[in-house]
Amino acid sequence: MNETTQKKRMLDTRMVPAPSQGIIPERDLYSTPVLEARHLGIEFGGLKAVEDFNLIIGKTEIAGLIGPNGAGKTTVFNLLTKVYQPTMGTVLLNGKDTAGMNTVQANKLGIARTFQNIRLFDNMTVEDNVRIGLHNQVKYGMFTGILRLPGYWKQEKQQHEKALELLSIFDMQDLAGVRAGSLPYGAQRRLEIVRALATHPSLLLLDEPAAGMNPHETEELMRNIIKIRDKFQIAIMLIEHDMNLVMGICEGICVLNYGRIIAKGTADEIQANPVVIEAYLGKKKEG
Amino acid sequence: MKLKKNAVNNIICYGLVIVVFIICQAMISNGSMTRSLKGQMVPICVYIVMAVSLNLVVGISGELSLGHAGFMSIGAFSSIIGAAWMRSALGIENETLRLILSMIVGGVFAGVFGVLIGIPVLRLRGDYLAIVTLAFGEIIRNVLNCFYFSLEGNRLHVAFNNPNLPGTILLNGPNGAKDVAKISTFPAGFVLILFTLFVVLNLINSRSGRAIMATRDNRIAAEAMGINVTKYKMMAFVTAAVLAGMAGALYGLNFSTVAASKFKFDTSILVLVFVVLGGIGNIWGSIVAAALLTVLPELLRAFSDYRMLVYAIVLILVMLVTNNPMIRGLVNGLFRRKGAAAQTQGGGADE
Repeated sequence: MNETTQKKRMLDTRMVPAPSQGIIPERDLYSTPVLEARHLGIEFGGLKAVEDFNLIIGKTEIAGLIGPNGAGKTTVFNLLTKVYQPTMGTVLLNGKDTAGMNTVQANKLGIARTFQNIRLFDNMTVEDNVRIGLHNQVKYGMFTGILRLPGYWKQEKQQHEKALELLSIFDMQDLAGVRAGSLPYGAQRRLEIVRALATHPSLLLLDEPAAGMNPHETEELMRNIIKIRDKFQIAIMLIEHDMNLVMGICEGICVLNYGRIIAKGTADEIQANPVVIEAYLGKKKEG
Repeated sequence: MKLKKNAVNNIICYGLVIVVFIICQAMISNGSMTRSLKGQMVPICVYIVMAVSLNLVVGISGELSLGHAGFMSIGAFSSIIGAAWMRSALGIENETLRLILSMIVGGVFAGVFGVLIGIPVLRLRGDYLAIVTLAFGEIIRNVLNCFYFSLEGNRLHVAFNNPNLPGTILLNGPNGAKDVAKISTFPAGFVLILFTLFVVLNLINSRSGRAIMATRDNRIAAEAMGINVTKYKMMAFVTAAVLAGMAGALYGLNFSTVAASKFKFDTSILVLVFVVLGGIGNIWGSIVAAALLTVLPELLRAFSDYRMLVYAIVLILVMLVTNNPMIRGLVNGLFRRKGAAAQTQGGGADE
């Protein structure tokens, strides 16, 4: 079975009109890929924002999605998390078709994200933000909560411990009682990652995690992203403009321009690809 | 540390209500309370419950609802009919028991309507939601104006736009209910306030309450975290409707005549004023504002004809004072701890 699935995967990747060898790390070849996007696309009133997007992400891969401004990177994230319903193509999450699902169902299936323009629950504390992430792993209803039945105290305590444990990834456990909106910018970005992790995803989408961070913070973030992957054994896909970060930690990189994939490959392949260089530097720009 | 802050807030709420209740009871028993003020005690309780429950919708779930009086009227009339029916059909003579059961009836009916209205209304957002809740509040009032209920022995008769019903008329269309047995008491109102606080405060500090606040703070992020936004908006809306229905029951059974015109748009706005003045999302603020602003017209009796004019001026002054950064800073300096606790509870919920 392993060989046939591998062959099938090779076939799938060949459908992509761009170099795509080595897009899944070898260790992930024999497990179901966490994400398979096939001919994914969306049209906004005739404008094709994303078109023919094909991508496979391995079970524990760190993938990068790069491209010039307005290339459609965040649109891809919105398609994968079902904020937009794709007008073309399919998305398989852990082998399951996500057609017709909404954001909530996609999250329950194992996809979590952060946002380019930070979207924290500003008026709630840092810990409560993480607890919202843990929401679907805690199973007590409204009446147990109001009547303070034993289940409430027990699960509330578990939730508290879990939240602190997750916050400790970024050494933020001391900030648990602080209002999220009053955190400094970098800490807000980190809190968003923790909150997304709390939903127990198998694929974590990070939208510009290093935006607004200084080089020192970015380096720490790189270490932490790898740490998160190793600890939780999940796949991470990130949009980022900081090339040091992308080239440093991404095993597979996908370059998007005008809503189409123009190149795929490892960091070295991407850096040497003339099409990518052209897209970024604007040589011979058309239309 | 966080639990402690919530605890401080809850203690302020419960403590405030209990202390004021004891003082009022003492004043009533030694006769130092004026007759008119005594008559205001139950309405004060009613408005406190209304304000706290509306705060659950406006402050905690972040949806501006302008039809809260509609649920109050449903609670009032269903409980009046329920109380009369219980007396004749079930033979319940004990007034306290009848009051409690009537309140439950009022709450259940208002809750059912809360679900029915919530389904279309909560699909909307922002201003549209406000307008549609306003419309539903008016629809409820106008429909109630056309209903006739009568009691013949154990049988309840209902008619729409037809006043010729057998037996004793309970609800007489636009004339409302007459000769209602006044069974509401101040202690009952006090218990209802405690019940409301228990429900609302415990809800806020639970998994469901956090989800409700998350949908308020950022709908898109809440959905991305796997929170069913409609479900939790509905939860807040219906809980508030049930509490408003119970407050309506207390209100309806406090007067001998109650007409639907008492639950006009003005009443919804009045309750909203309590919520805004007490601080959106701030529960004990709502309690204080509701109590003070209900008593105020009575205390301003000395101004006779100019009473409502002075009332309006006082309102404006309070708004100016509470929004003055200098005075705010002074108060925060005096009660630094209290201020900080209030902020985390949702004192910063004003958008």
